[in-house]
Amino acid sequence: MVDAVRFRFAKQGKVRFTSHRDLARMWERALRRSGLPVAWTQGFSPRLQISFGLALPTGCESVAEYLDVHLPDGGAAAWGLSVPEAGRGGGAATLCARLSSLLPEGVEVTAAEAVAGGRGSLQQEVTSCAWELEVLGLAAGDVAGRVERFLDAPSVLVRRERKGRLDEDDLRPAVRSLSVVGPAASGPDGTPGSRLQAELATHPRGVRPAELMQGLGTDLVLRRACRTQQWIERDGVRFEPLVTTGPSVDTDAPHARRAS
Amino acid sequence: MDSLWERVELLLGSVSKPARYVGGEQGARDVVHRAGAVAWLLIYPDTYEIGLPNQGLQILYELLNDRDDAVAERTYAPWVDMEAAMRSAGVPLFSVENHLAARAFDVLAFNLSAELVYTNVLNLIDLAGLPVRRAEREGGDPLVLAGGHCAFNPEPLADFVDAFVLGDGEEVVGEINAVLGPWKAGARRVEDRRRVLAALAGVEGVYVPSLYDASFAEGRLVGVTPRGPQVPAVVHKRTVADLAEWPYPRQQLVPLTEVVHDRLNVEVFRGCTRGCRFCQAGMITRPVRERPAAQVQEMVHAGLERTGYDEVALTSLSTADFSGIESTVRDIVQDPRHGRRVAVSLPSLRVDAFTVGTAAQIGQVKRTGLTFAPEGGTWRMRKVINKLIREEDLYGAVDAAFSQGWRRIKLYFLIGLPTERDEDVLGIAELGARCVEIGRRYQRGVTVTASVGGFVPKAQTPFQWFGQDTIEELARKVILLRNACRGVKGLTLRWHDPEATAVEGIASRGDRRVGAVIERVWRAGGTFQEWTERFDLSLWQEALAAEGLSLESVVYRDRSEDEALPWDHLSAGLHRDFLWSDWQEALAGTGVEDCRWTPCYDCGACTEYGVEHVVASALPPAGGSQGTGQDLRTGDRVPVRFVTAVGAGRQ
Repeated sequence: MVDAVRFRFAKQGKVRFTSHRDLARMWERALRRSGLPVAWTQGFSPRLQISFGLALPTGCESVAEYLDVHLPDGGAAAWGLSVPEAGRGGGAATLCARLSSLLPEGVEVTAAEAVAGGRGSLQQEVTSCAWELEVLGLAAGDVAGRVERFLDAPSVLVRRERKGRLDEDDLRPAVRSLSVVGPAASGPDGTPGSRLQAELATHPRGVRPAELMQGLGTDLVLRRACRTQQWIERDGVRFEPLVTTGPSVDTDAPHARRAS
Repeated sequence: MDSLWERVELLLGSVSKPARYVGGEQGARDVVHRAGAVAWLLIYPDTYEIGLPNQGLQILYELLNDRDDAVAERTYAPWVDMEAAMRSAGVPLFSVENHLAARAFDVLAFNLSAELVYTNVLNLIDLAGLPVRRAEREGGDPLVLAGGHCAFNPEPLADFVDAFVLGDGEEVVGEINAVLGPWKAGARRVEDRRRVLAALAGVEGVYVPSLYDASFAEGRLVGVTPRGPQVPAVVHKRTVADLAEWPYPRQQLVPLTEVVHDRLNVEVFRGCTRGCRFCQAGMITRPVRERPAAQVQEMVHAGLERTGYDEVALTSLSTADFSGIESTVRDIVQDPRHGRRVAVSLPSLRVDAFTVGTAAQIGQVKRTGLTFAPEGGTWRMRKVINKLIREEDLYGAVDAAFSQGWRRIKLYFLIGLPTERDEDVLGIAELGARCVEIGRRYQRGVTVTASVGGFVPKAQTPFQWFGQDTIEELARKVILLRNACRGVKGLTLRWHDPEATAVEGIASRGDRRVGAVIERVWRAGGTFQEWTERFDLSLWQEALAAEGLSLESVVYRDRSEDEALPWDHLSAGLHRDFLWSDWQEALAGTGVEDCRWTPCYDCGACTEYGVEHVVASALPPAGGSQGTGQDLRTGDRVPVRFVTAVGAGRQ
């Protein structure tokens, strides 16, 4: 029985400066406006039952955000999706367009799929995320040198504050790949820009693009970060949370260097 | 006009809550600047999350953008981290819609809702790239306007603001815009600036301080008098006669990020004649003008559909007084179009009008926070302030709430009121403890929070002559109360910092000399003074001393009947002798009725301006005794106009 709908959506432009919590509220308002049936949580103050995947850091963009909307018993028909209808075709396209029109500019729903029976939570299942990054401060060639040193280092320690305490963390194990793709637009004051790609593991803890930047050197300014994929890796095979194009084994960019 | 967005964007990666600076709200206008359209920048001088929900600002935003000859954008005070980033990158104050520099607008229009933001006003004028003192601004500079409740004593800001607007803004904003059109068309020339200010002074409700002299003798104000016969000696406030003609905001802004009052807000009436003597809002916004219940329903329905909010607040100064409040709430909660999932909150409740029925209605979906405001701890104290609610009224309301499943309620009180004795202060603890007891009858683990503010006398009220309690006296009373509340399980005491109360008093009743004090505090870095972590009393004390003033002379001193007050040249309609006699009656502990249900006592608010109450019912709400024991049903001589059904064409 269909008991949830999984969406993929993008968060781009000015709306990227909103927080994960803000985004949840946007979705709640959009779902209420849609009039579509959504399950409610139990308890003293019931809420719409929707579950998000990994939080996107405030300020980062993404074309690969995921969300599960849980349906009440018998509520599936109103959504116009049938199992195993996948992705963008038919009812899904209409649904995506409708929700996009109810969400703020910059939040675009790009795929929807009816989900039957318990699927694991997005939060637990996703093992790594692919990022595209734009940095200011050094020319692409110099950034490439930094990347090489980073990847060759056995560990890269950064400081981070956790519950008011300063900890040192090793970034290196979570960086599965990192490479310079080429130059990017320079800053308003003429500082050179470069474009990078990275794949960052989410376990045991997710590394944020800003932390990665810290590891590459404090003279680099992260101008833009965009999450391009979320990967679930199981038994040596990896796939995205919405199986709209079939499981993918390896879609690394040509310049990517595999971290050993 | 070039957008600053690319430069702003680069700053947002390193500041807290960057969503405050990007706009993008649902309901935000796609503003296209054009010749012939006066460009307004509407400014709330506090953070985005405090300022965005402000209904006054949103109403003007819509009214201006609906006109052919005006456009309006908005901005708010950037938090200190953003301000520092802007200053170091040379980015001026900008609008949140098109990210245009403030200087590119013709008018910077401030909303003044609280006195402690005054240093922010100066900071924002400076951040816009203008001289803070109006005398130093030139022809090409935008005009700086201000409105809101604080405009009823504008003198502390008179050296910085070109013109103040008193009262309801709906009608006057268009009249002001008509005056500014030719000035804009003439490229804002220097010589036109003087002419445009003179023309503004001719608009009813507009006060242009440069056209008035404040004179002083022996350290006291002698008066604020017009420079010339064509300048009005007294500026009168504006009042819209019928709220039904103004169903605004039609498209309440829905922000991308969380703000205070993050819900649909529908104003159900404006004005209040309960007559609480400490309450400036209740004095300056008379008479009562109710919105027809059918229009309220329609605004609620349309608003919920459009926004996706699941909560609506019915706003006013005392919402339980709205005629037929129970059926109004019931109709919202039970409207099948809303899917029965709409929470209703009534942010301002009088205990004598809050019934089990209302509690049951609003408790059906979600028990929104309940706050009652007895204000005074004893009946004697409440007679002095004319908050005529009996203990039985309070206990009845609290009983209604707890019996309907509420577990927490909040009580508001003031300390430092005229004639206050220690027993009045201690009465707060007793009332609070009694409310906890009532709650325990229904469930364990109930909590009652008594929130205590220090009283600041306000302009245009009967208490405008009263010398405010000193910091030390307020602190002593807080300790007294803290000791009395200690050990009462379930009762929590919260209090407002007495030092901040004193500073609020400086601006509340200060005269034009206080402007220099505000400027000094601002120059010393004293912005966001309403934020506890930013407030600094020493800045104010140093600034007062440097200007030859003191807390004693500005704040603590009683005023005499014949003393010139800094706002005597401004009027909310209230006769000075009405206010004085009400002050004398306060000292004698005599109450006064609510004139919407009893005969008129001619305060001046209606008779001065030819307006009257607009209410749907001639009877006070159920249980509304007003506490005085008189029969309130003899309302036959009241100048009351009844709300008529609103036709489709009027909505």
